Amino acid sequence: MPPAMGTAGQSPPVPHASWLSQTIAIAMKDLRIEWRSREVVYTMGFLATLVVLVFSFAFVAGQDSSIGPGTVAGILWVAVLFSGTIALSRAFDRERESEAIRALLLSPVPRSAIYVGKLAATALVMFVVELIVAPLAGVFFSARMAAHPLWLALLLLLGTIGFCAVGVVFSAALLRSRSRDALLGALLFPIVVPVLMAGARGTSILLDPAADLDGAMFWTRFLLVVDVVFVAVGLWAFEPVATGE
Amino acid sequence: MNERLTLACVGKTFGRHRALIDISLTFDPGEVAVVLGPNGAGKTTLLGVLSTLVAPSTGTLTFGAEALSRNSPLRAKIGWVGHEPGIYGDLTASENLETFAALYAVRANVAELLDRVGLSEVRREVPVRTFSRGMQQRLALARALLHGPQILLFDEPGSALDPAGVAWLTTQIARERAAGRLVIVVTHDLSAAATLASHLVILRRGRVVFDEHRERFDDVRALYEEKTGAVR
Amino acid sequence: MNPGLLAATVLCALGFLGIPFLIAGAPVESTMGVVQKIFYFHVPCAWLLLLSTIYCAVGSVQYLFTGSERGDQRAVASAELAVLFGACTLVSGPLWGWVAWGYPWTWDARLTSSLLLWLMMVGYLLARRYGGPAARKLSAALALFAAADAPLVYVSVNVWRTIHPKTTVVPSLSPGMRGVFWTSLLLFTLLWIVLFTVRLRLERMRASMTQLELAYEDAHA
Repeated sequence: MPPAMGTAGQSPPVPHASWLSQTIAIAMKDLRIEWRSREVVYTMGFLATLVVLVFSFAFVAGQDSSIGPGTVAGILWVAVLFSGTIALSRAFDRERESEAIRALLLSPVPRSAIYVGKLAATALVMFVVELIVAPLAGVFFSARMAAHPLWLALLLLLGTIGFCAVGVVFSAALLRSRSRDALLGALLFPIVVPVLMAGARGTSILLDPAADLDGAMFWTRFLLVVDVVFVAVGLWAFEPVATGE
Repeated sequence: MNERLTLACVGKTFGRHRALIDISLTFDPGEVAVVLGPNGAGKTTLLGVLSTLVAPSTGTLTFGAEALSRNSPLRAKIGWVGHEPGIYGDLTASENLETFAALYAVRANVAELLDRVGLSEVRREVPVRTFSRGMQQRLALARALLHGPQILLFDEPGSALDPAGVAWLTTQIARERAAGRLVIVVTHDLSAAATLASHLVILRRGRVVFDEHRERFDDVRALYEEKTGAVR
Repeated sequence: MNPGLLAATVLCALGFLGIPFLIAGAPVESTMGVVQKIFYFHVPCAWLLLLSTIYCAVGSVQYLFTGSERGDQRAVASAELAVLFGACTLVSGPLWGWVAWGYPWTWDARLTSSLLLWLMMVGYLLARRYGGPAARKLSAALALFAAADAPLVYVSVNVWRTIHPKTTVVPSLSPGMRGVFWTSLLLFTLLWIVLFTVRLRLERMRASMTQLELAYEDAHA
């Protein structure tokens, strides 16, 4: 029999352990799990592509005429946000399987670190999917996705952060609910309408060669404000919502 | 200093269901307290309160001289092993332990921990999803021990294990007790309770109906049947 | 029933008997004609939708951060009233628009915000009913997001052109209309208070019933 660990069994504490390192540990764990299974990237990516395709069948199939940048932008954002509920839902499924959530909540980690870690990992995975789906939508609808690639990526990233800031709170609260998948979307979408509107309007301006880029600047800034508001409320609301009860 | 874990007049109500009623208990370091009770007696809620995850509706929980609650740094002194292992199936054994070490802000010796629970032989790169239930439960124990907790909570830890697994777990519990930890075990298993318990608590319908130390009880099975009215 | 509530109910009932005559007697607006009179119904309802949402958020904050049961009871009562008055707003608005603008719906800032606010409050009730073990906390979090969201929705839609009558309509009303409008607003607010009080009493009675049942079980355990 190996000897019992130390006298008190104490592992040495890490100096300078911080909120940030705990947040990173949570995000890295989720990203590593996703990297192993690639489940969310594949299922969400497939669904998002499918939504884009369904729209293209409905609007342009068989026609040679293309549709306007406003519609393309709208389709892209609807596809991304709808399929994004998969990422949100899975983010806490993994915690519930084998009750890892109890071990996580029991550890002396501030709730805010759990919130931000989950938010970062979920948003990053969604963003990766968006980087695949946006060019695809550009191909299907002959849209100018490459006109302002970095700006478009920034819009998508900001929109995704806002979406996840609300979604992580709801997903955590719905952890043990049977009707989680039905409710998540129903509760989330009315609230993230500003994200959808700003994202779609901003993208449409970027796709339109004739449009004035000042508008895109306005919507980018607006998304930043939305993110700040949603993350602030999320940090506040996550604390009481994430309990082990 | 004698660091006792004390529950004073603890009650917990969920909506119209009263899970715990006026629970006052004291646990000392170096004892194995076994909590028995039929289904719905409040055992799991009691463990939830002890782990600080369930906030009591009334009453207080103290460890030593300080109140133990969700926001107390004393929480880091608690280790928990449930009937579900509470680990991430897609990560390897060492990744699981490293993640929790980072969350507890300790520098864990993963090799030593795995050795400690008899998992030093496992292949390093396989996700723990592929482990047998017994191996997962060993890893769960390693996870619960990695920050050197003074209180170890077990929630029906043997419910999914084969007899050999239960025997192994029993040895481990005895060993952690010998190391001076307070071990609290919630279980259905009367024979395990008879072997392990140095302190026996029986719950019935949310109330404590029996609370004595080893020298004051003998036949656990007869006692259980008498106190809960259960016929097994 | 306490005397205050009784008096308020009687006053409210009398008011609603009288107000149709007041509205009928108010001067007819010169450009819109008789359709304008829906305004005396529509604006108070819209105001109560807003009031209920704010009150719901306040109660939810209390519940989430202090665990106050009373806060939660106030929040659920307000959420139900928000859905009720929101529905009245969303029906009366398009009825007016149909005649005045020629089409019932437009994506104007105030219309869209009211619709979204109403959808969020419906979401609140859905979350409460089907949200599982954490339903009450989930719905409270939703109310918080809804309150923070309302100005964002308003700004984002407002960047598109707004054709809804401006809020400056009220001061520009002729004195005869103004009197009727304020009476109507007051009366609807009184109705809100009565309904809210009754709903809150129900919620509190339920809570005390639970307490009594538990006490009974204890006594006979």
